[in-house]
Amino acid sequence: MTTPFTLGAVAYDPKVVTIWEGFKTWLETQDFAFDFVLYSNYERQVEGHFRGEYDVAWNSPLAWVQVRRIAEALGRNASGFCMRDTDCDLTSLLVARSDSGIASLQDLRGKTVGVGAPDSPQATLIPLLALQEAGLVLGEDVQVRVFDVLFGKHGDHVGGERDAARALMAGEIDAAAMIDGNHLAFTAEGTLPSGATTIAFQTPQYDHCIFTALDDVDPVVCERFTELLLAQRYDDPIVRPLLDLEGLKQWKPGRLSGFAQLERSVDDLSFSGAQTVRDFIAATIAEHQDGTR
Amino acid sequence: MSAGAVVNLGTLGMDQGAHLLVKRALRALPTGGSLRVLGDAPALQIHLGAWARAQGHGCTALAGACVLTRGNADQGRWHGAERAGGVDPSQDNAVAAHPSSRWGLAARGAKVEAGGPAFHFPLSDKDVVWTDDAARIYAQAAAAQWDPAVAIDWQAEIAHPEEIEDAVVQVMTYLIENEVAALMVPSRFLTQVHPHFREILQVLAIQAADEARHIEVFTRRAKLRRPELGLSTTGGQVSLKTLLDEPDFAMATFLLSVLGEGSFLELLRFLHRHAPDPITRQVAKLSAQDEARHVAFGMAHLCRHASLDPSLTGRFAQAVQRRHAELQHSAGLNEEVFDALILLAAGSWEPADIAMGWERVQELKASMDHGRQVRLRRLGFEPERAAELSALHTRNFM
Repeated sequence: MTTPFTLGAVAYDPKVVTIWEGFKTWLETQDFAFDFVLYSNYERQVEGHFRGEYDVAWNSPLAWVQVRRIAEALGRNASGFCMRDTDCDLTSLLVARSDSGIASLQDLRGKTVGVGAPDSPQATLIPLLALQEAGLVLGEDVQVRVFDVLFGKHGDHVGGERDAARALMAGEIDAAAMIDGNHLAFTAEGTLPSGATTIAFQTPQYDHCIFTALDDVDPVVCERFTELLLAQRYDDPIVRPLLDLEGLKQWKPGRLSGFAQLERSVDDLSFSGAQTVRDFIAATIAEHQDGTR
Repeated sequence: MSAGAVVNLGTLGMDQGAHLLVKRALRALPTGGSLRVLGDAPALQIHLGAWARAQGHGCTALAGACVLTRGNADQGRWHGAERAGGVDPSQDNAVAAHPSSRWGLAARGAKVEAGGPAFHFPLSDKDVVWTDDAARIYAQAAAAQWDPAVAIDWQAEIAHPEEIEDAVVQVMTYLIENEVAALMVPSRFLTQVHPHFREILQVLAIQAADEARHIEVFTRRAKLRRPELGLSTTGGQVSLKTLLDEPDFAMATFLLSVLGEGSFLELLRFLHRHAPDPITRQVAKLSAQDEARHVAFGMAHLCRHASLDPSLTGRFAQAVQRRHAELQHSAGLNEEVFDALILLAAGSWEPADIAMGWERVQELKASMDHGRQVRLRRLGFEPERAAELSALHTRNFM
């Protein structure tokens, strides 16, 4: 029996099983043997990658940064080879109530900002980096309240952002961090009444999830996998439900230019969530270095 | 609209429905075409960017405005979509012979996105379920619905003797039981019919609603003077159970509507003529009007089916014989109901009146037999065969 090309993915939601079972079935129709393993959090998935438990990972942007750094420290090479169209050029927002008078990062001095899960790039790490790079000391100049839903899943679950938005409207916090599309979605669903909020700050653009390979992957098989993904078309009724579930219209070749803010937050952010990330990267590097000694 | 098209949203935000205007403007563009979006709403550029990304359109900020580049995902969604027949059944090919299982619950005539789930509707063959009369029968039924609270004078006088009232209550008890069967049999098939045959669903649904109303009025009539209902016999239930156990739509319709409800119709007309009080006469009359439609629908689609499938009448005959064999050791119509009908038609214990009641019940049985034979002949049976089969019909009437 041929060993199938195996993907590592994080089960942040029950639909993840439906998604990858669907891809597995479709890939089999393309004569491509495929399987997947699910992890309960990205750190386990990153560890699994370096242990050779699967071929490629469907990584959060933070998991990509973790893999890239660990690989670099271990003298290995990581590549990000494919991503969704919807992973490109995202921004995060700091949203305040319209009547608050808050219109900039500096207006948040002395205020409380609500963020998502401690390891959420979009709802925590990148927005907090913006505050810190604007000269605000987290925990001193601005208080940070964490709305932690499913730590370890890197903010894939929207619950933390929604909880922060609700707290904003309840007057419990002065600003809430969220991805740009969620501001529109929260308004549409009524969590944020239309016109009740104002956008105090928008981050520069960044990129999100990315398929990741290490240098031990079979390049021919990985290239075939990438070709098949890039050939998926939204007008194919068999493929379309899978793309809808995974939230894209089209796969794009991976690009690595959109992770600079997240890299800086992992380097510099004075925040417990970033420290946990740094600790994890250091421990994983140490574990593998010990293993090779 | 050509490249360089513009839409001005004014103060309308994307969180206030502005996406409708943007989508409308984009629809007029070819894939790759540009749309400049102007507007003063707060956060417009941010929302446009997020919306465009999710919709598969490009978005760039240019000179204070957003420029969208039309993607093709919205067109892609409808690639391979299929029109599920036509809404008007009188048009050619409007009603498909074998509607796709993937049309699912879509309205007949709707354009159905490709790739939907396959539904399992066991009754998806036009030949088996369809009649062109369904729309007309449904319209008649909808127009003829009646409110038991106002259509019947529940205050009308009941002057007959107590034992005659007991007979009325026994007959009502029997009617209720039969109406429950008449409700459950079409309801069971209703969920098996492909929704493409909309008019058939509608007829079966309103038929069930008719029976629900009949159950109500017979129950209410029985309770007018008595705190309890009458008797339910094993023989009666065994007979009705054979109707519920029939798995084939055509056979069940044949046994229930053509033979059963057809006979039942005669019984209701009998009660309309001979019941001792005006309330019973009214409920019988109104119920009979509904039952006549049920028989008409059953006859209409079975006549069509039989004309397309020459083997169908043979299977009808087998169904009658099989049911007769199953029931031949049961009591058939229970004595209590039979006696109650005589007494009810007699109206008193006077021997001359009893003789009249007896005679009327004999006439009822003869008219039921005659009606069955007429309907069997319409379905294609020779007169002698029709008479044989009618004679095999259950003694329980339904």
